[in-house]
Amino acid sequence: MAWTRDEMAARAAKELQDGFYVNLGIGIPTLVANFIPEGVDVTLQSENGMLGMGPFPYAGEEDPDLINAGKQTITTLPQSSFFSSAESFAMIRGGHIDLSVLGAMEVDENGDIANWMIPGKMVKGMGGAMDLVAGVKRCIAVFDHTNKRGDSKFIKACTLPLTGKNCIDMVITDLAVFERPAKGERFKLIELATDVTLDEVRAKTEADVDWQL
Amino acid sequence: MSNKVFDNATAALDGLTFDGMTVMSGGFGLCGIAENLIAALRDSNAQNLTVISNNAGVDGFGLGQLLESRQTKKMISSYVGENKEFERQYLGGELELEFNPQGTLAERIRAGGAGIPGFYTKTGVGTLVAEGKEHKDFDGETHILETGLVADLSIIKAWKGDTEGNLVFNATARNFSPMMATAGKMCVVEVDELVPVGTLDPNFIHTPGIYVDRIIEAACEKRIEQRTVRERS
Repeated sequence: MAWTRDEMAARAAKELQDGFYVNLGIGIPTLVANFIPEGVDVTLQSENGMLGMGPFPYAGEEDPDLINAGKQTITTLPQSSFFSSAESFAMIRGGHIDLSVLGAMEVDENGDIANWMIPGKMVKGMGGAMDLVAGVKRCIAVFDHTNKRGDSKFIKACTLPLTGKNCIDMVITDLAVFERPAKGERFKLIELATDVTLDEVRAKTEADVDWQL
Repeated sequence: MSNKVFDNATAALDGLTFDGMTVMSGGFGLCGIAENLIAALRDSNAQNLTVISNNAGVDGFGLGQLLESRQTKKMISSYVGENKEFERQYLGGELELEFNPQGTLAERIRAGGAGIPGFYTKTGVGTLVAEGKEHKDFDGETHILETGLVADLSIIKAWKGDTEGNLVFNATARNFSPMMATAGKMCVVEVDELVPVGTLDPNFIHTPGIYVDRIIEAACEKRIEQRTVRERS
């Protein structure tokens, strides 16, 4: 059984360390906030200008002036602070954020990531993703191992326009987890999803990685 | 002291709009946009606008109104995913688009307003946004040169403002607006609450009045894009 979206988010949450400042992307990465391990205190940064993001509000308590980067209504915590976009990206680009968890369309064996456009088809934009992968100390990409046609999304070389080069440190898919000790080094399989076999993951992975569990 | 206070959005933009102008518009999604000033810009009928804003509004609201009326010639943005009309016009070749990474966009505006013509950043190296830009290594890492941005007009929204133009923003509605206030040749602000000078604590002013040319008090809808709530347990 491949991991569900929640299980992928829970796996990513295991990478959180006490005291971390963390930026979570839109989609599965947002769910990571639901699985922060007990005893681990992290501060969530939202790139639209907030540190210390709280949970979603109760119905009737939504504030249109208080949203996260996915434009969802959120709340404050006692330690929260607000700031401008320039200040927000000074945190990100200046290397002050410990961990970024992002979604991806493609990641390749060199740690390159593509997640912002499909030429001629989809025009959304990179938002803060290029700044995050260039500036945050450690970047985790979370995505389904294959696309709807069954093709690998963890590949030899990205085919879509890149978000960043040589910037992904860990890959978490619905089938497995891969990590590399440092940027520029080779990814290594470190974990299989529940009841997923090594043969299945190998068959569905185009990237050249170290398969020695 | 010159009078910065105007009666309404139309009066506040009078004489400031023209065809081919560049406009900075504050806000992140629909959060913190100058709803009344955007509508007044549409009604001014100024054409061939270059609009610098993180997003492009949604269909029929915010900056989406200027797309619908075909007044926008070019957008400089980081994310436009919520607007079908935008996608249609862009893929159909009717609209120019310059994507900037969000942090690069914020810094370009900050730099423009501070008289800094360019700066180097790691963001975007090895991607489409680096094409044609000067590359330079610092401490063994490659960076690209990005330029400062300025505009003919900035239209922004604040929470409270005084008659001198000192501004305080609310929560995440601040986003790009403080930088845009500095980077527009003219800056027009709409506030939820206009107060007399001396009311706001000088320690907590986010944008000093020197950047603000005109100010109005105006009610706005504050539409929520993604209303997300949790259950009471």
